[in-house]
Amino acid sequence: MREHTVSVQWPSNGLTEIPFELYSSVSQYELEVERIYKGPAWSYLGLLGALTNPGDYFTTFIGETSVIVVLGEDGEPRGFVNRCVHRGAMLCLAPRGNVDRFTCVYHAWSYDLQGRLASVAFQGGIKGQGGMPRDFDLGHYRLREFRVEAYCGLLFGTFERTAPPLEDYLGERVAQFIQRVMCKPVRVIGENVQRLPNNWKLYIENVKDSYHASILHTFFTTFRLNRLTQAGEIVVDESGGNHVSYSKTDTSHDNRDYDRGKLRSSRHDYLLADPAVIDSVDEFGDGIGVQILSVFPSFVLQQVRNSIALRQILPRGPAATELRWTYLGFEDDDEAMTLRRLRQGNLVGPAGYISMEDGAIGGFVQRGIRGVEEDQGIVTMGGVDATSSPSRVTEASVRGFWKKYRALMDD
Amino acid sequence: MSVLETVQRLQLAYIRAIDDDQLEAWPGFFTDACLYRVTHRADYEAGRPFGMIYADSQGMLADRVSSLRSVNIYEAQTYRHVINPPWLIDEMPDVADVRAETGFIIARIMQTGELTLFASGRYVDRIDLTGPTPKFIEKTVVLDSPVIDTLLALPF
Repeated sequence: MREHTVSVQWPSNGLTEIPFELYSSVSQYELEVERIYKGPAWSYLGLLGALTNPGDYFTTFIGETSVIVVLGEDGEPRGFVNRCVHRGAMLCLAPRGNVDRFTCVYHAWSYDLQGRLASVAFQGGIKGQGGMPRDFDLGHYRLREFRVEAYCGLLFGTFERTAPPLEDYLGERVAQFIQRVMCKPVRVIGENVQRLPNNWKLYIENVKDSYHASILHTFFTTFRLNRLTQAGEIVVDESGGNHVSYSKTDTSHDNRDYDRGKLRSSRHDYLLADPAVIDSVDEFGDGIGVQILSVFPSFVLQQVRNSIALRQILPRGPAATELRWTYLGFEDDDEAMTLRRLRQGNLVGPAGYISMEDGAIGGFVQRGIRGVEEDQGIVTMGGVDATSSPSRVTEASVRGFWKKYRALMDD
Repeated sequence: MSVLETVQRLQLAYIRAIDDDQLEAWPGFFTDACLYRVTHRADYEAGRPFGMIYADSQGMLADRVSSLRSVNIYEAQTYRHVINPPWLIDEMPDVADVRAETGFIIARIMQTGELTLFASGRYVDRIDLTGPTPKFIEKTVVLDSPVIDTLLALPF
């Protein structure tokens, strides 16, 4: 623990004034690595379905730490730091594969699928010369392991023994909304990565901010994919860290509140030449057209009509973030459904009609606060607390993020 | 003009339209029923169908342009494409369906003057040379890297 480091000081115990220094401070970032990424938080790792046979593995990150997730002989997924115990070199260089053992390229130390040191090259020396000391005990060494749990085919990991079980961590209602979408076997239809020029917290705040969605993202509003006048709800779990925002599909034409606000995002003159891009079906049968869900600190599950995607948020220093997108369909999708998902894929991702702006907005904040970090942002839309509400004209889930953050970070 | 020269002229006209901000001309480089898709090497080789941009009609291409012009928010920017001479897949190409691959690199120039190497990759194209002007039946933009810096606004 970097106990010599202290957290950025907050102006009050509330959740409504956010010091800008939180987004740029190097020492705060280092403290986040200790208290969040290596603390009692569950980080998203990947899909359980990526691991079929014993020895199947993939590499990913918890925070900035490179990790391996591998399926054991017993069919259980396990997680290890991707680092040889000998000199600390990375063990797996490939993003995925299948192995009987992990062998370090540097000095050929090898490990079984449970992370136990299995052999050391030249342990007995050569011709009686050199080699490891006689009392060197292979059984004494193993890869640094972390806890791995799955929920609805989603793998999460934590370094902290005291973290609650994953399902408790998610909270009952958030878990239900994960189950709502991840209800049957999925198929990955594509992946890509977006490099964001901002602190990781600016991205997760943006995900949780239902206030901005219909203002910044004109496309959403123009085609009634998500307007704040639509029936919906914000659910914030008890810890504050996890949330769901959903809205039902609306066919009414009541524009009054949008017209009064003179929002750039409400344009009556804009029509699509080919509306196939928003031609969707109610595949879950409950009328929910948009569902955005987040799990602190690194996971987003998104359903925008028939576009389903997972997002993994990875910090890359105080002012950079990597956003890894996985686009999903279901194994039982027919051709028409796949085509629908591909067309609606235009809505999301780095070039998404809706999500394009989210790639840039964090950078606008990061550049906007530069040199004047002693001031604070204001998060008072919808009150001062971090609780669920039927209204989405609120920043309750953003305050929820800071509630969870402060619980882990405050000195 | 040889098939190779015709394809090369088409590619040069195509990148010139994008680099010179004549985006309204962009859909006209495609047949009415077409497929334009931006993917990357790993997805392409794995046979994954997703595209960061996916348009299977000229109308969808036109919508991309009008959305960029009047709906989406992004900082002003331009591209500079540099392309290789095309590689024709077939020695005796079918002029109604010429298959060609053309390597490219793209610099992105922001309004701040910041200039970066934004993308590299290849166009995997199917081209119809039988009409009055050659047109793309399919253009698959296969990026070498799966990583996009900040966002992808203008088409490749």
